[in-house]
Amino acid sequence: MKETHLADRIFGWCLRFFALASMALLLGIVVMLFQQAWPILSQDGLSFFLSKEWNPVTEEFGALVFIYGTAITSLLALLLATPLSIAVALFLTDVSRGWISKIISVLVEMLAAVPSVVYGLWGIFVLAPLIRDYVQEPLANSWGDHWLFSGPPLGIGVLSASIILAIMITPTITSVCREIFNSIGRNQREASLALGSTRWEMMRISVLTSSKTGIFGAVTLGLGRAFGETMAVTMVIGNRNEIATSLMAPAQTMASLIANEFGEAVSSLHLAALSGVGLVLLLISLVINLIARWMVRNEVRV
Amino acid sequence: MKLLAAILITTMAQIGFASPITLNGAGATFPYPLYSKWFSEYRKKAPDVQVNYNSIGSGGGIRQFADQTVDFGASDAPMTDEQIEKVSGKVVHIPTTLGAVVISYNLGDESSVDLKLTPNLIAEIYLGKIKKWNDPLIQKINPGAKLPDRSIVPVYRSDGSGTTAIFTDYLSKTYPDWKSEVGQGTAVKWKAGIGGRGNEGVTAQIKQTKGTIGYIEFVYAEQNHLPVAAIKNTAGQFVSPSVAAITSAAQGKLKEIPADFRVSITDAGGKKSYPIAGVTYLLVSTELQGEKGKKLLDLLRWIMGPAQQYSAKLSYAPLPKSLIHRVEAKIKTLKVK
Amino acid sequence: MRDLIRKYMDIWMHGVLLGASFVALVPLFGVFSYVLKKGWPALSKGFFVNLPTPVGEVGGGFGNAILGSVVLILLASIVGVPWGVLCGIYLAEYRRSKLAQWLRFTVDVLTSVPSIIVGLFIYAIVVKPMANFSALAGAASLALIMIPVVARTTEEMLKLVPRATREAGLALGLPRWKVILFITLRGAVSGVATGVLLAIARVAGETAPLLFTAFNNRYWSHTLFEPVASLPVQIYVYAISPFEEWHQQAWAGALVLLFFILFVNLFIRFLIFSRGAGRTS
Repeated sequence: MKETHLADRIFGWCLRFFALASMALLLGIVVMLFQQAWPILSQDGLSFFLSKEWNPVTEEFGALVFIYGTAITSLLALLLATPLSIAVALFLTDVSRGWISKIISVLVEMLAAVPSVVYGLWGIFVLAPLIRDYVQEPLANSWGDHWLFSGPPLGIGVLSASIILAIMITPTITSVCREIFNSIGRNQREASLALGSTRWEMMRISVLTSSKTGIFGAVTLGLGRAFGETMAVTMVIGNRNEIATSLMAPAQTMASLIANEFGEAVSSLHLAALSGVGLVLLLISLVINLIARWMVRNEVRV
Repeated sequence: MKLLAAILITTMAQIGFASPITLNGAGATFPYPLYSKWFSEYRKKAPDVQVNYNSIGSGGGIRQFADQTVDFGASDAPMTDEQIEKVSGKVVHIPTTLGAVVISYNLGDESSVDLKLTPNLIAEIYLGKIKKWNDPLIQKINPGAKLPDRSIVPVYRSDGSGTTAIFTDYLSKTYPDWKSEVGQGTAVKWKAGIGGRGNEGVTAQIKQTKGTIGYIEFVYAEQNHLPVAAIKNTAGQFVSPSVAAITSAAQGKLKEIPADFRVSITDAGGKKSYPIAGVTYLLVSTELQGEKGKKLLDLLRWIMGPAQQYSAKLSYAPLPKSLIHRVEAKIKTLKVK
Repeated sequence: MRDLIRKYMDIWMHGVLLGASFVALVPLFGVFSYVLKKGWPALSKGFFVNLPTPVGEVGGGFGNAILGSVVLILLASIVGVPWGVLCGIYLAEYRRSKLAQWLRFTVDVLTSVPSIIVGLFIYAIVVKPMANFSALAGAASLALIMIPVVARTTEEMLKLVPRATREAGLALGLPRWKVILFITLRGAVSGVATGVLLAIARVAGETAPLLFTAFNNRYWSHTLFEPVASLPVQIYVYAISPFEEWHQQAWAGALVLLFFILFVNLFIRFLIFSRGAGRTS
């Protein structure tokens, strides 16, 4: 479409300028991280991503511990949040009506509005002691030798971090699921009911089964959100740079590592290693989010 | 609209009518309670200067100083030769006070136990070799004490820390395998335990979690009513931290202090010396400029003078007089462009 | 018999779904009640206007942190809102161009950048060259987070304006830029405003990007070129400290922050209800 008016042309260039500038920013972020991480990437290559070492004294660094920490807390959070979120979404679309539905949906969105640092504050002083006294201590007493429950009951650690993450990603998964469930036409539902199914069967058959891809996408979006979460996790994860199998163990995620060590890394290799971890975090978050968006692209615009 | 303008103007007026000079500093958490007292007192003396000190850890102090994002850094770990090279040698270490790295603990319910510890015990706890409080090795040194059957959770610093540097320096000197197994420095690879951020974070962990043991600066333990262990020094005496014990440790090492003031006073000789004592420094550039540079020098001179009287009340030991003279001489050599 | 099982299964699952909704909301009430319980007693006039005091001394407040946050949000909005809106306009109005497709991809990707990485980026390009932590750097990182959020919601809202409206404007002979700004945008203004307010509520609580950019300040900041205290960072620092008084102030700070965010969010609800603007939420 030709814009002959001068003002139109200027306006168009203005818009294009900001569009290009946005792309420049994105490129800038990736380039900057890469550039800062170059010293260690050129030295270690792919083994940086596979190494379990993180030793600032001997200057041996590897990202594996933190990839593991992020993965385990995020996956655990997903395990806790997914059934819950799907259930809530289903409740909101097919069970509740009118003002109850409105209120509960507003409340669930409020969960998303609480800032990470406030969750962290609550996590340190309320959740972690609760988990320690009512979950971890009994577990340690009965099954303390099992690899899943070994270690002293601290409160903070993988379990608390995962629970807080689950709370934080629930609204994300719920809202996407709701949109997906809502987009399934009435016909589907009524067809099932006409054939004599109970409401639950209707939900199962007409809604859940046909939303599988969408739900998967919602879950992946939640995963992406969990990956990048920083403050709440930093405050309850225990800051231990080591891979452990126990749920009671302290750990470290990529984001919490950077939050802890970036302001203070003095040696350029240490800084490079931190930037390398940041690069991994960025790339994995991007890939996860893009996959998620692609999965839900037909159902809903997120 | 008018209301907004009015609010903005009154706020600006409140803050801005005598725009003070802000000196930004960052670094060690070790002396933070003292520095926060100092800089608040200094404000009363020199109202046109605001000293904005942020307690982020010695590692952060060195890094931000090297990046020149702050006007001065603070660190209990003196900069290493490589780090000094990075700033082309343009740094002066100004010792400000002496403090003690104490071993504090939380036994759970039996909180009135006064523990005695040896460097061996401390090292083995942090290496994960001694796992329970009622381990016979600990019991042997503390014959009368009622030790609980609880796991020991060592707490370390998750950020770059001068306190860690002092602590690991001490263990490197007193436990043969420490250097090879863990090492010495502001950030090391710990074998066991959980991390806390800053002296503040470690103290918080000890307070909140049963069974923990951690290394923190003396005043943090005092202000939070945490018990501290008496540690066996080279003379074979179990010494509890105190201002006198810190001073005694420094006395022993006074002659060894080199021209650039970078010294370690851990594991000092003397019957009354506390073995894990340390000096903390301000990192100042040799290329000071303008008003800020002048005000910084004023601040340094004040620290060498009237500031020292506040130290003992907060359980830091004031610098020995002979050291103060040497530092003052050094400050005189700093010129402002 | 089988029908009985099906019937009970139906009732049971209804209960499960209802129960799940309650379980999901328990943490919300948990957080709110604690923040209220612990934060309310520490709120006082002093809390809002005083500077922090040295460790161990009473009477300190969050005055500089609250003002700092206000300044940061304002600055971030001045850059982030127009930038985001313009990008949103481009996405909605020039949809078929190649650049728009790239921009859409970019915006999607930018929303998934973890906020701590944004902080790292701004540290590298603003803080280090300036050799200073500053409110400007802090605002820059917040703006970077705002831009994609505002762009997306602007695009969504503009898409809801019917084509007929645009065509009517063009048919009247108005130039395209006037049609976009004064007709299309006008029609979506409450939706766009909603998006902007949501973005503001989001960045108000961001902590990670400020850690290495705005840093922190124990005093009032006098220029935009020096470190500035902010509410979320102060809450963080106080929360991980061992001092009881600081913990109480952290709760109070959290209360103020939550209150602000909730206010903005509920205000938005009100906007949606009263104007009836678009989204099925």
